[in-house]
Amino acid sequence: MALSGVEIFKLLPKTNCKKCGHPTCLAFAMKLAQRQATLDACPDVSDEAKRVLGEASAPPVRPITFGSGDKAVKMGEETVLFRHEKKFVNPCAFAVEVKDTLSESEITKKIEDVLASEIDRVGQKLRIDAIAITNASGDKGKFEAAAKLVSSKAPNTPVILSTTDTAAAEAAIKLFSGKRPILYGANSSNADAMANIAKTEKAILGVTAHGLEDLSNLTEKIKALGVEDMVIDAGSVKAKDILGNNTLIRRAATKKNFKPLGYPVINFVQRDDTLLELLVAGIAVTKYSSVIVLSSIEKWKNLVLFTLRQNIYTDPQVPMQVEQKIYNIGEPKPESPLMITTNFSLTYFIVSGEVENSKVPSRLAVMDCEGLSVLTAWAAGKFTATKIAQFITESGIEKDISHKELIIPGYVAILSGSIEDKLEGWKVTVGPREANGLPAFLKARAA
Amino acid sequence: MAFVASKETYSGKVYQVNIGTGANAANLGGENVLPFHSFEGTVPNKPVIAYEIQDVPPTDWPENVQKPYSSVSGDPVAWAKFCQDNLKAKAIALRLLGTHPDRENRSPEVAAKTVKDVLSAINVPLIILGSNHAEKDAPVLVAAAEAAKDRNCIIGKAQEANYKTIVAAAMANNHKLIAMSELDINLSKQLNILITQMGFDKERLVTDPMCSALGYGLEYTYSVMERIRLAALTQNDLTMQPPMLADVGMYVWKIKEAQAPESEMPLWGNTEERGIAWEATTATALLVSGAELLIMRHPRAIEAVEKLIEELV
Ligand code: B12
Ligand code: SF4
Repeated sequence: MALSGVEIFKLLPKTNCKKCGHPTCLAFAMKLAQRQATLDACPDVSDEAKRVLGEASAPPVRPITFGSGDKAVKMGEETVLFRHEKKFVNPCAFAVEVKDTLSESEITKKIEDVLASEIDRVGQKLRIDAIAITNASGDKGKFEAAAKLVSSKAPNTPVILSTTDTAAAEAAIKLFSGKRPILYGANSSNADAMANIAKTEKAILGVTAHGLEDLSNLTEKIKALGVEDMVIDAGSVKAKDILGNNTLIRRAATKKNFKPLGYPVINFVQRDDTLLELLVAGIAVTKYSSVIVLSSIEKWKNLVLFTLRQNIYTDPQVPMQVEQKIYNIGEPKPESPLMITTNFSLTYFIVSGEVENSKVPSRLAVMDCEGLSVLTAWAAGKFTATKIAQFITESGIEKDISHKELIIPGYVAILSGSIEDKLEGWKVTVGPREANGLPAFLKARAA
Repeated sequence: MAFVASKETYSGKVYQVNIGTGANAANLGGENVLPFHSFEGTVPNKPVIAYEIQDVPPTDWPENVQKPYSSVSGDPVAWAKFCQDNLKAKAIALRLLGTHPDRENRSPEVAAKTVKDVLSAINVPLIILGSNHAEKDAPVLVAAAEAAKDRNCIIGKAQEANYKTIVAAAMANNHKLIAMSELDINLSKQLNILITQMGFDKERLVTDPMCSALGYGLEYTYSVMERIRLAALTQNDLTMQPPMLADVGMYVWKIKEAQAPESEMPLWGNTEERGIAWEATTATALLVSGAELLIMRHPRAIEAVEKLIEELV
């Protein structure tokens, strides 16, 4: 449990020497309590204080990096149960299952689908993050062969090796040395051997048990064996259990600082019905899962899951925004059209995407409205005629263009007269309401 | 360290609101825990999904969601019967879109007749919605409420701008009422208070905190719903205890992702599956954040969400 500023203060040197950049030890302690400073700023702090504070300030859900390199995924570090309290920290990873019973060409196809899964949405690059190789055959050779195929064709993609057979695990994991794979399948009967493999290979250990009590006991045992990085699974299969167990795990970790469950959660949501699988994955995304293993990754399904994850993990206080400026789309000439919108990321990316679709080189003036959409900004008095006029004037765009025409979003048609009043010599044109009307609108003007 | 599940005890409870009449009547809400938290309390009723139909052909819906209804959607009565008999709808939501001044501008009398006709053809609960034109909805819903007298429908949506007449009509004709505000917990509370101050029983309300589609503000609806539910349960805030509505279909089926052809957006995959998945996923997120009543359009999306609900209870 996090310590209060006063509790932290008691552990500091209390000399008020200011070396940490704060006027007093108490001031520094307050910053520490708010996580706005780190302990290493104080050169004189005792080892004992470091130990106590280190333990107390460790995030309730252990931070773990899964995979290595550019495609590594951060997990854990969560502190709350509800997204309105504070931004959820590390978005969950999506993995697709590759069974070792599949043929080489089927496996290759799955790997290619993963590698081609990257989509740009609202300026973020999103993809299927990982591949979960499962030992469905029960055969060590087949498991190793599948792992070989994955490691050669997708050498940078994080991997989950799913088997309870320690010999199979040992053979396959060597292929991912130094790549921080998850070795999933430590249970009450193989925990010692699995812990050993994970320790030697510096892998993350996936620990599974029936129910939360057994799971806590098992993680404690494994921790005592020297494995620190684990992902946990309470044997949740039904959507009801995913929701229930994940909730109790997150609660135990964040509210009680219960360390045996203070690890990222992994959920397996495979279903024969791909649409139902998507929805169960949706439960896992909203309810605290850190790794979600799917059986299939159709493009439409990926887009839905990426979008849901993005929505759940956005900052509830600060909408996603883009920089205020005049963006060139294509290579605009002086006579090219000039449009205006707000700096809410979603708005910007939708509108700029449609302008691109039109193939008409254009300028898009993006005005800072604190990340609000057009209508919201208008309703909140941030996208007003006065502010628009001021922004256009101060941008200096007039000297780059040969016309004085500003195209405004159709939803704020009501502003056209008053902008004309405030922007001398300008003509305001009302564009379509929805951005998907822009290609036709721009093409018709260009013709 | 032994594990002890940290169970919450909540001081409040969601009102149980009964809709419809006879054997097919349904209950909304009634639980004393967060959504699907049956491990620490009682959840007596499953969420209900209503099939959305209109008094005018759904020419404004994308083709993929028009298609399943193409043989019946020219006639609201046939459409309603089809949902009930063929698709096994547990409830139906009739949107009187044709009354909108920018559409057919139908009179309240014409709307009332449609309501009567639909009601005489079905026995599942009916939700009667205006065209979301605050001014016009008032007379339309008054006429509709009379036409549906004593069938225990839900009438909506009452908004700050028009609630008075609609509340009076719901009260006079023994209906339940949807109170809608715009994505703000305080506005929502305020409207519920205004409505109950008129003498309307707070246990007959359904709150609509305003829906939004996945990718288009879903996170706002999601968090507003969670906060409303937390206020109801942990602070026992009586004004926040009505069940909640998520009017999913109309928000989802207008966005680009639900309709852009795969030829234009090859990375987005199959258009039809994408639209269905979008609607079902939006619904899923709102179920876990607190909705007990959903209004949806595509039969396959509804079917999938119903399967999920079976897994969640
Ligand atoms: C999410 C949301 C919010 C969020 C803010 C989200 C954000 N970052 O902006 C929150 C909860 C904070 C919010 C608050 C408010 N909101 Co609000 N909100 C919405 C909601 C649900 C979605 C907005 C959205 O994200 N749209 C998506 C973006 C992409 O749309 P957009 O920016 O308009 O862009 C589209 C078009 O305008 C066009 N376009 C954009 N730029 C350009 C440029 C050109 C040249 C052209 C041609 C076209 C074009 O293309 C885009 C896609 O088609 C809408 C209702 C709805 N479903 O639309 C209400 C809505 C915008 N909100 C509304 C209101 C009234 C408010 C509040 C004043 C009231 C309140 N509830 O407190 C506050 C004000 C905010 C404040 N004081 O800080 C009203 C506005 C009513 C009106 N017509 O004036 C709406 C329409 C709800 C309603 N039906 O009444 N809101
Ligand atoms: S550096 Fe350490 S001892 Fe000096 S004021 Fe800061 S906290 Fe106190």
